[in-house]
Amino acid sequence: MMEEALSFTQVISLLEYVSHKMVESKELLSHADQAIGDGDHGIGMARGFEAVLEKLKLSTFSTYEDLFKNVGMTLLSNIGGAAGAIFGSLFIGVGKGFAGVESFTSQTWADALTSGLNSVIKRGGAKVGDKTMVDALVPAVETAVANVSEPLSVLTELSYRSAQKGMEKTKDYIATTGKAKTLSERSLGFRDPGAISTYLIFKFMNEFIRSL
Amino acid sequence: MVKKVINNPKDVTKESLRGLHLAREEETILMEEYSSLIMKNIPKGKVAVLVGGGSGHEPLFAGFVGENLADGAVCGNVFAAPSPDRILATTRAVDRGKGVLYLYGNYAGDNMNFDIASELAEELDIPIKTVRVWDDVASAPLDKITERRGIAGDVFVIKIAGAAAKEISDLEEVYRVTCKARDFTRSMGVALSPGSIPETGEYTFTLGVDEIEIGMGLHGERGIARQRMIPADELVDLVLKRIIEDLPFVQEDKVCLLINNLGATTMMELLIINRAARKILNDYGMNVHKTLIGSYCTSQEMAGFSISLLKLDLELERLFDIPVSSFALTMD
Repeated sequence: MMEEALSFTQVISLLEYVSHKMVESKELLSHADQAIGDGDHGIGMARGFEAVLEKLKLSTFSTYEDLFKNVGMTLLSNIGGAAGAIFGSLFIGVGKGFAGVESFTSQTWADALTSGLNSVIKRGGAKVGDKTMVDALVPAVETAVANVSEPLSVLTELSYRSAQKGMEKTKDYIATTGKAKTLSERSLGFRDPGAISTYLIFKFMNEFIRSL
Repeated sequence: MVKKVINNPKDVTKESLRGLHLAREEETILMEEYSSLIMKNIPKGKVAVLVGGGSGHEPLFAGFVGENLADGAVCGNVFAAPSPDRILATTRAVDRGKGVLYLYGNYAGDNMNFDIASELAEELDIPIKTVRVWDDVASAPLDKITERRGIAGDVFVIKIAGAAAKEISDLEEVYRVTCKARDFTRSMGVALSPGSIPETGEYTFTLGVDEIEIGMGLHGERGIARQRMIPADELVDLVLKRIIEDLPFVQEDKVCLLINNLGATTMMELLIINRAARKILNDYGMNVHKTLIGSYCTSQEMAGFSISLLKLDLELERLFDIPVSSFALTMD
């Protein structure tokens, strides 16, 4: 069983695990994007997380803030497009939320996620129901915040389940932003690729923490 | 896989930009690390015009880096906005102390990435003004004009911005004139067959053999109607009337006309379209000041065309007639 907190080394391993799994999800994400976008979401995400793996291998980090901000900057520079701006902002925002924090616990993770969510909303302006990654992110963060008294492994499990539910709901939404916007009701019945990516990040994170 | 004359699909952006640079080697600098192209010898004290967006629309955007046009262009991957670090590095390279005008098509990805770059540039004390082009009348109603996409009308707005920045060394003033050009530009396209993204090797949408989509976007975004193929004159009538009534353009208006190839349409068809367009403009009592016909803003091998109109007032007419020289556009 894991401890109540992750060590700095474990958090780096966590990010490596999530990055590996995101790279492996390339086909799945591109396929999802073909239905309502231009079919390149997986390519961009894989390119971004490949660069993160490289960054994690070649650099040393002194704080959680530094670590997550660097992951965010790497995603921002390497994914490109709307996804780069949004997923980059998410990790940079998480990094900001770790400012002055030296532990990775349920409480500090929930706080950092809240900061990440705020950065995403400030940058993209999407709300729940707009058929974007926000539909998976908001419930995941809300669940984390509501469960800070639980052990980290319980929190990440609950958080990932919420992300999944939020992601599934995007099937019933009409796209109102991004390139899928002009598909209007043609976007009905398809899950938003960005929401799938968000759900996967929480899912892989939970997998790693469960494995400890 | 769709047939394309390429090497590794991952390298298409880099290799095409290098090819473009080599065609204009004397006057441009390639910043390969940042996928951008800038002018050599940008004068001190000049307001710089920086354009950009996803690749795959060649010759847009880098083809418009030239004399009295854009000072720099920053390219993303195919159909994906460039990242902020690329935009920022290029911003620093073109800034000559008077600030930089960002000019690009109105898409969520471009908006966010250019905004992040603009915030970072302001921290470096480089003033930035942003003009987003939203000329596609098919993409949203007029009362939601800021939700419209930017398509081939970019060409007219870049032309005016470049000329304005040549003449005026005040960022606010260049911004004002460029906004006016944007507000006086309207476009609409028709797709006959889809384009494909090199890295996926797949078409971005499907159309039936005898089917066309009126108003389809540059990345296969939905238009206003899918219908059977009709003769050129009827098709142009449908598209151009919608453009004219949107601004609206009126009798005695002096306009510039752009018949743009979306990729795979023949020059023969474009000329037939031009003939039809001129008849309609004539019927409306409008005067065509200049005509551009060819591949300016493409979507890979998508077949189809778009028509753009720019309404000229005295200021815009004078600026439009300033000579330019670039890969994509040369006017004496």
